[in-house]
Amino acid sequence: MKEFTYVITDKEGIHARPAGELVKLAKSYTSSVSVIKEGKKADAKKVFGLMGLGVKQGMEITVQAEGDDEDAAAAALEAFLKENL
Amino acid sequence: MAEEFSGKKFSGKTVYNGVTMGKVLVLRKDQEQIRRKRVENPESEIERMQRAAEASKQQLAALYDKAVKEVGESSAAIFEVHQMMLEDEDYLDAICHVIRTEMVNAEYAAAITGDNFAAMFAGMEDEYMQARAADVKDISARLVRNLSGQGSADFSAMEPSVIVADDLSPSETVQMDKKKILAFVTVHGSTNSHTAILARMMNIPALIGVQMDLSEISTGMTAIVDGTAGEVIFEPTEFQCSEAEKKIAGEQEKLRLLQELKGKKNETHDGRTINIYANIGSVSDVGYVLENDAGGIGLFRSEFLYLGREDFPSEEEQFQAYKQVVQMMGQKKVIIRTLDIGADKQADYFGLGKEDNPALGYRAIRICIKQPDIFKTQLRALLRAAVYGNLSIMYPMIISAEEVRQIYAIVAEVEEELKQARIPYRIPEQGIMIETPAAVMISDELAQLVDFFSIGTNDLTQYTLAIDRQNQRLEDFYNPHHKAVLRMIQIVVDNAHKCGKWAGICGELGADMTLTETFVNMGVDELSVAPPMVLKVREKVRAM
Repeated sequence: MKEFTYVITDKEGIHARPAGELVKLAKSYTSSVSVIKEGKKADAKKVFGLMGLGVKQGMEITVQAEGDDEDAAAAALEAFLKENL
Repeated sequence: MAEEFSGKKFSGKTVYNGVTMGKVLVLRKDQEQIRRKRVENPESEIERMQRAAEASKQQLAALYDKAVKEVGESSAAIFEVHQMMLEDEDYLDAICHVIRTEMVNAEYAAAITGDNFAAMFAGMEDEYMQARAADVKDISARLVRNLSGQGSADFSAMEPSVIVADDLSPSETVQMDKKKILAFVTVHGSTNSHTAILARMMNIPALIGVQMDLSEISTGMTAIVDGTAGEVIFEPTEFQCSEAEKKIAGEQEKLRLLQELKGKKNETHDGRTINIYANIGSVSDVGYVLENDAGGIGLFRSEFLYLGREDFPSEEEQFQAYKQVVQMMGQKKVIIRTLDIGADKQADYFGLGKEDNPALGYRAIRICIKQPDIFKTQLRALLRAAVYGNLSIMYPMIISAEEVRQIYAIVAEVEEELKQARIPYRIPEQGIMIETPAAVMISDELAQLVDFFSIGTNDLTQYTLAIDRQNQRLEDFYNPHHKAVLRMIQIVVDNAHKCGKWAGICGELGADMTLTETFVNMGVDELSVAPPMVLKVREKVRAM
């Protein structure tokens, strides 16, 4: 399993549009991908669950990827977060 | 005969002139509420639901492509998010779960699941996430429409159309893309209804009281709407089409001539002047105001920010809307009327309930004074936006000086809060609508309290003549030029001038060109009219 943490800098947090893009990216990998915020875990391939976390600016999230392409998935998600959130 | 419907003509009452030709879009009222039905075979319901979800996703994909072209990728992204929501396994599983465990129809299961998910978002702290509740309801409603075969209730993909309906509510019309409405043709409605007001704003023909059978008319038919003749023709003959084209060309020529009055003064031959402003209902109407060279905005009906949605607009959303309008208008005056909801303008989330006599009921400033939380959100947005331009606030439905004092007390609270929070604001010019006979009778007292008056002739006439403006049977009794109303206008103007204040007219009467001369002679300072009427009234003044 690959895991990394990231602090959200976008002032609106993980709102609908980036959540959608993040889901699209997560879905392109076969590994299971989850996002954890304050102990709450959501499947990064489900947009409702991800938005339901209510991640806002300044919050730290943990991203976990597990499966055959976990290295690639984690790297791509980290790059996405840095770029967009 | 094979073409039984060809060239079928109906008469109606014209609420706005003009001629147009185009495709028909029939709006039918949702026949029934979503009913809970017991089903024997839940698996076949699940299959139906999956097919409807697939159809919904395809519609959204088409909407996305269209929106990318029209408004750009970032604004279009919401349709992509909607598609993802429809693919979300938690959401779909929840619907299947309801179908299986309760043995109910897919429509009911989709609606109830949508409500549950919306409630989850609505319960979150974040204002932005709360607003996502509307997205969930939106996709659930789309799913239900596709399940019950009513895919057409979606206005977002509409082509330019002649809207044909039984009647239209303001919350239906606000959802439509105004650029794509060619005309309104309705069975019911009255000349002062909101459909009529909208038609005047948009400068498109509108007919009401048309005795047609909606079941014989279908979306996609061709129609000619001739406001001048008070006629609509469905599936016209070639001859009728060419006649209509000639009329349309003639109208365009008249419009072209009016354009030459742009930049000219509203001045009579003997040097008297009057301000001609425009009435608007949304930020997107500002384009019409500028295009028609109005001197300002005499009435911005802010309630349209509140209609056609699921919850109150936030302070930030209102602030952005007001700020945008005043900035677009430069130094020109923008008079924003505070929330005038109730009576014929309803939004479910206000929870106002049915009243026996809504026109005389809990509406407008009465709601604002009784529910100051709603009012204060709007006032904060207005005071903040006032920093960015020439904004004035106008309060509707006033009947006493006491109400004005109560309003000022609430404004003072808002001012104090903004000051404490170090948020930039400005206390702008504040005036009131004169639309009750009570306000006319005490206008001498009111003039000392406020900065200006604007006479709302639609309500003033309705209350003075005791005639319900929505009641078609009373149209013969309704005399907008009634002496009582005209004398009231004179009283109001005189009382304003005695205190050095100004008085205008923002009701439909302001655009009645048979009265323009009377108003100038009365000393009325301003007429606020639908944007397409600005140049016509200017022409009238300049001919005096």
